[in-house]
Amino acid sequence: MREFDSPAKNTWCPGCGNFNILAVVKQVMAELVESGDVKSEQIVISSGIGCHGKISDYIKVNSFYCLHGRVVPPLMGMKVGNQRLKVIGFAGDGDAYDEGVSHLIHTARRNLDATFIVHDNQVFALTTSQVTPTTPIGFKTKSVPKGSFESPLNPLHLMLACGATFVARGFTGDIPHLRSLILQAVRHRGFAFIDVIQHCPSFNPTLEKFKPKVYDLNKEGHNVEDFAAALEKAKEWNDRIPIGIFYQMKKEIYEKQLLGDRVLAEEKPLPSVQSVLQEFM
Amino acid sequence: MRTAELLGKAFNRLGLYAFVINDYPSLIRGGHNFCKVRASGRQVWGHLEAVELVAALNQDTISLHENELTKDGLVLFDSDKASYKGSYKDYSIPLSSMVKEVEGIPIMRNSAMIGAIAHLYGIPLEPVNEILTWAYGKRAEKNITLAKMGFDHAKQNFDPILKLEPVKRDLTPFISGTEAVSLGAVKAGMKVYIGYPMTPSTRILSFMGTHQDELGIAVIHPENEIGVANMALGVAYGGARCMVGTAGGGFALMQEAFSMAGQSEIPAVFVVGQRPAPAVGVPTYTAQADLRFVLHVGHGEFPRIVVAPGDPEEAFVKGGEAMNLAWRYQVPVVVLVDKHLLESYMSIAIDERKVNVEPSSVAESWDGEYKRYKFTDSGVSPMVFPGTLGAVVKVSSYEHDEHGYAIETPEGVTNMLQKRLRKMEGIIEDLKKRETVKIHGDPKAENLVVAWGSTKGAVLDAMQLIDKPLKFLQVMYLSPFPTWDVEDHLKQAKDIVCVEVNMTGQLRSLIREQTGHYIEKAILKNDGRPFDPVGLAEKLKEAFGGK
Repeated sequence: MREFDSPAKNTWCPGCGNFNILAVVKQVMAELVESGDVKSEQIVISSGIGCHGKISDYIKVNSFYCLHGRVVPPLMGMKVGNQRLKVIGFAGDGDAYDEGVSHLIHTARRNLDATFIVHDNQVFALTTSQVTPTTPIGFKTKSVPKGSFESPLNPLHLMLACGATFVARGFTGDIPHLRSLILQAVRHRGFAFIDVIQHCPSFNPTLEKFKPKVYDLNKEGHNVEDFAAALEKAKEWNDRIPIGIFYQMKKEIYEKQLLGDRVLAEEKPLPSVQSVLQEFM
Repeated sequence: MRTAELLGKAFNRLGLYAFVINDYPSLIRGGHNFCKVRASGRQVWGHLEAVELVAALNQDTISLHENELTKDGLVLFDSDKASYKGSYKDYSIPLSSMVKEVEGIPIMRNSAMIGAIAHLYGIPLEPVNEILTWAYGKRAEKNITLAKMGFDHAKQNFDPILKLEPVKRDLTPFISGTEAVSLGAVKAGMKVYIGYPMTPSTRILSFMGTHQDELGIAVIHPENEIGVANMALGVAYGGARCMVGTAGGGFALMQEAFSMAGQSEIPAVFVVGQRPAPAVGVPTYTAQADLRFVLHVGHGEFPRIVVAPGDPEEAFVKGGEAMNLAWRYQVPVVVLVDKHLLESYMSIAIDERKVNVEPSSVAESWDGEYKRYKFTDSGVSPMVFPGTLGAVVKVSSYEHDEHGYAIETPEGVTNMLQKRLRKMEGIIEDLKKRETVKIHGDPKAENLVVAWGSTKGAVLDAMQLIDKPLKFLQVMYLSPFPTWDVEDHLKQAKDIVCVEVNMTGQLRSLIREQTGHYIEKAILKNDGRPFDPVGLAEKLKEAFGGK
């Protein structure tokens, strides 16, 4: 695990939920390498812009530190270039559901073999507190001093509707569960989506609020192959909040359909285009 | 392929030099669509506004184009769909009845029309049949029958306009900029093409798509242009050469990713097809008004290359060069084209040996710990890809240190910015060995015409109509600007005219910015149409007339 330790100085606020995700992801990577799932040089992480994005700097592994909202397209590009890579994307709730929501929708639909983890703290933190698509009604910020009145998005419903083949929710307050969840997501062949409920100690300290409410739905007999049950469970957001895998199914992955087993990065250039030029004679 | 393009292809096979421009409005069915076909025993670079034959499938074509006929012009029309009572000589042919006779579909009128045109120009049916077979395959039979019916009807009823004699020459492709730029990129190692449909670059997406197996490439049409450009950066980061194509409006959406390519030093090639703007503009027509846009696109300071080919052969060569330069210097490269170049077909020689995969900055080995942004004298850092044993490859949108970790210190920021900007010196030295401009016409002439991009064709054809000796400086590289190849010509000239399809003289202002030389005279327009050589020749004569 130490091999993933980065020399970059960590600047997250003390107590930030990002630390939990970072620790868990490094453990998962170490486990993947140890178990022979993947070589460490084949892992690529990618992140957007916001506090979460710094995770690209905080893990010593191949990384693509993206523009805000653009985490998914480069992941798709690199898988097309070299489908042997194991790619994990990280995004904030602003990144994933505001600026970059179109990419998320379409990549889920395509079933790219990638893991996508949303650090969902329901707030724009790095820009010092503005609302995101998951901010609850009534949440006050300087830009909405009377409280947000826009209905929040349900990310799980969105991803279920888009055809993601692994839809899950994690919680930064339950590290062993999160670790297991991310490991399963990374091992899932297809688009694996995890919305992680994350506390922001500076602008949205929800840890104590959510802790008594969350429960593991996979321990309560939820059938992960039942789409209707997944939709139903994803509605639950009151006294009890389910975490775990809501839905999982098998489906051919995008890059296999596009390329078969070809690895474009390793292919020789086409020596001649004469046969095609001949068509125009 | 459209009927006129098939006709052009038949002319090409006979050894003539053909040119076909395709004019269509932005709708799917109906509207007035037309093509102009020109053929000659010598190289032609464009169409002419004036025509000697209007071949009309409907009444609109006659009424809209009758005024373009030359003095001895001729109207040939489908007598089942149109009538003519004007002053020009006319030939009627019952195309629709012919189609009915063979139980064909209305679009097959085109084949009977081609047969009639073949007779008018003394072309035998064999090359026409060959082309119809090539175009329609198993469905060619009825088209071939109709071509013969059209030919026979014409033979019995019409006097030929002239008898074209086949010309013996090395056969060249009859090709548009679309296919040429695509093949150039593939020859330079392109493995992935990504595009979102937008005229005039949609045909690149179609061509790449239909030829993907033969070319050994993957073709992707993602959710939007923002996805396109960011995906392209991912492809190159993954280790495969990638090109994207779009129009001005689509490129506007890509500009954040263009800046990202500059910051992250990921090789990327953008084909930008100009059409009249701002905004949606006039979608299916041509323009040269996005030069300033592509020169400045993307926030921040970083090196970029912009190259504007003027014909399909140059599109092939410069398309390949763009890919090679992107991968040698790790910079974004724009291939700036337009609708006229991308969609007009012409007979032109293409030597595929002019494009190869050149040595790039991809490293086989490195000393010590791998640094994606290692400081070097040239500013170019050795590049490897994820999956390389012993290398951690970190790219970043943030300003970063040699390893790719984000930084904010003034020294760190300055050092990395200077490293990137330093690459321009190497690019300039490299371009000094390449063709950045072309000199046409009389190299000793005192009168100089300056133009860029597809306007090359109209200028070359116009020069044929002017007795006065003229030199024509065609500028191909716009960034970095090839002052070393441009300045002397400006100094030597007594009189200079700049010709562009834009209203603000964008090349003219760039030349002033880069050389200090102010070109007083300009012939400018931006009405969606390329210059007509005859009209341009008159304007050039007038412009140079005073001296």
